[in-house]
Amino acid sequence: MVDISAAPPAPTDTTSDALVELRGVDKHFGALHVLQHIDLTVRRGEVVVIIGPSGSGKSTLCRTINRLETIDSGTIALDGVPLPAEGRALARLRADVGMVFQSFNLFAHMTVLQNVVLGQVKAKGVKPSAAKKIAIDLLDRVGVRDQADKLPAQLSGGQQQRVAIARALAMQPKVMLFDEPTSALDPEMINEVLDVMVGLARDGMTMIVVTHEMGFARKAANRVVFMDGGQIVEEADPETFFTAPKSDRARDFLSKILTH
Amino acid sequence: MDDGFLQQYLSLFDEFDVLAAFWVNIQLTFFAGILALILGTLLATMRISPVPSLRWAGSTYVTLLRNTPLTIIMVFCVLGLWGQLGITLSPDFTTNFFRLAVVGLTVYHAAFVCEALRSGVNTVPVGQAEAARAIGLSFWPAARLVILPQAFRGSVAPLGNVLIALTKNSTVAAAASVAEASSLMRTMIEFRPDVIVAIFLTFALGFVLIVVPIGLATTSFSRRLTVAR
Repeated sequence: MVDISAAPPAPTDTTSDALVELRGVDKHFGALHVLQHIDLTVRRGEVVVIIGPSGSGKSTLCRTINRLETIDSGTIALDGVPLPAEGRALARLRADVGMVFQSFNLFAHMTVLQNVVLGQVKAKGVKPSAAKKIAIDLLDRVGVRDQADKLPAQLSGGQQQRVAIARALAMQPKVMLFDEPTSALDPEMINEVLDVMVGLARDGMTMIVVTHEMGFARKAANRVVFMDGGQIVEEADPETFFTAPKSDRARDFLSKILTH
Repeated sequence: MDDGFLQQYLSLFDEFDVLAAFWVNIQLTFFAGILALILGTLLATMRISPVPSLRWAGSTYVTLLRNTPLTIIMVFCVLGLWGQLGITLSPDFTTNFFRLAVVGLTVYHAAFVCEALRSGVNTVPVGQAEAARAIGLSFWPAARLVILPQAFRGSVAPLGNVLIALTKNSTVAAAASVAEASSLMRTMIEFRPDVIVAIFLTFALGFVLIVVPIGLATTSFSRRLTVAR
């Protein structure tokens, strides 16, 4: 599936402090209890992969962390600070949390370069000339520098998603959220995006990744979180999880996705 | 048509300044169009804002103005604003009525501009707003930099329809005592009933000549400005 030949990164030192902390998070969509008392701590520099069947609440969980989804009860803290409810404080917090979407969501009326510059200038007050320099460096890093003046629609899905990663990185976030970043991509483009993500993980970026890419989970994650029915059913390091899952639900899920 | 009829018809243009009357309609359309676009954009922003009181104010405005006949709004501008409340927009009598008519046309068509823009906002995928929020833009910058530019491009065709309606509705300014094409037509019919059909056709053709290019231009704009996704 995914060929990333380097060894998995060493698990982060357990004494390092918590960067993202969810405590007793509950959320309902009408009668549906999509998040049921979720406790999750992500340490600085840690790469956490969230997997689970569709409808298990993993995307919703990911989206609560920058408050694109509100929660009914519980607390979410970033770097020790609880998420603000609304307004400027929330906008500032979101700038610290990079988000990569399944459907890329690049600003369709702007060039690739403008996409990466916008947030820096308008949300962080970086000078346009400096922002442009940072943007070009980032586009170079994700390998789409030569596409800088094109519109998103002129790029392939894989290129668009790499631009989206650059756009999020431009805000110099403390943590990056990936909500099924490769699910909308053609198979041949998945690796180019995963390669960028693996590179980020190696550079020590804190990442929370919702994905179906088990190869990525095995090779880049420090921890796999398995969700089902709105609950965290199991948490383990990738090797343990994939070779010896403890719960029946995880075994059942893995048997379904790993047989072909 | 014999020569006699043609001469009679042509003599109309010596007696009455038809072009000047149409020019008034074009001016009414121009000023009211720009002001309605500004007010309508403001209303549309209010209607998509996260602030409930602003949303309420925006939708109340639209419901009220869109469902009131333009003639009544126009009469209100003259008899209400000027006649009763004594609001004058210019010391010059003619200019005052012209400006009151622009106000009437503006407040009425702003409601339609707002709804055209809102239909444009609906063409912008929700992911665009989420991405804008995710990079730390709050509502107003996100609306101004990401949502509205795409909404405008998506609503060029419906905005064109509003402009066409506005062009023809500018004749209602006659109700505000503005001497424009339709009021001139009424005068001409009164004085020259011998060529009544020709007068009708002249004014109909005049409006067709103004409106058709607007339609062609907006269609071509809307094709060129479409946001590729």
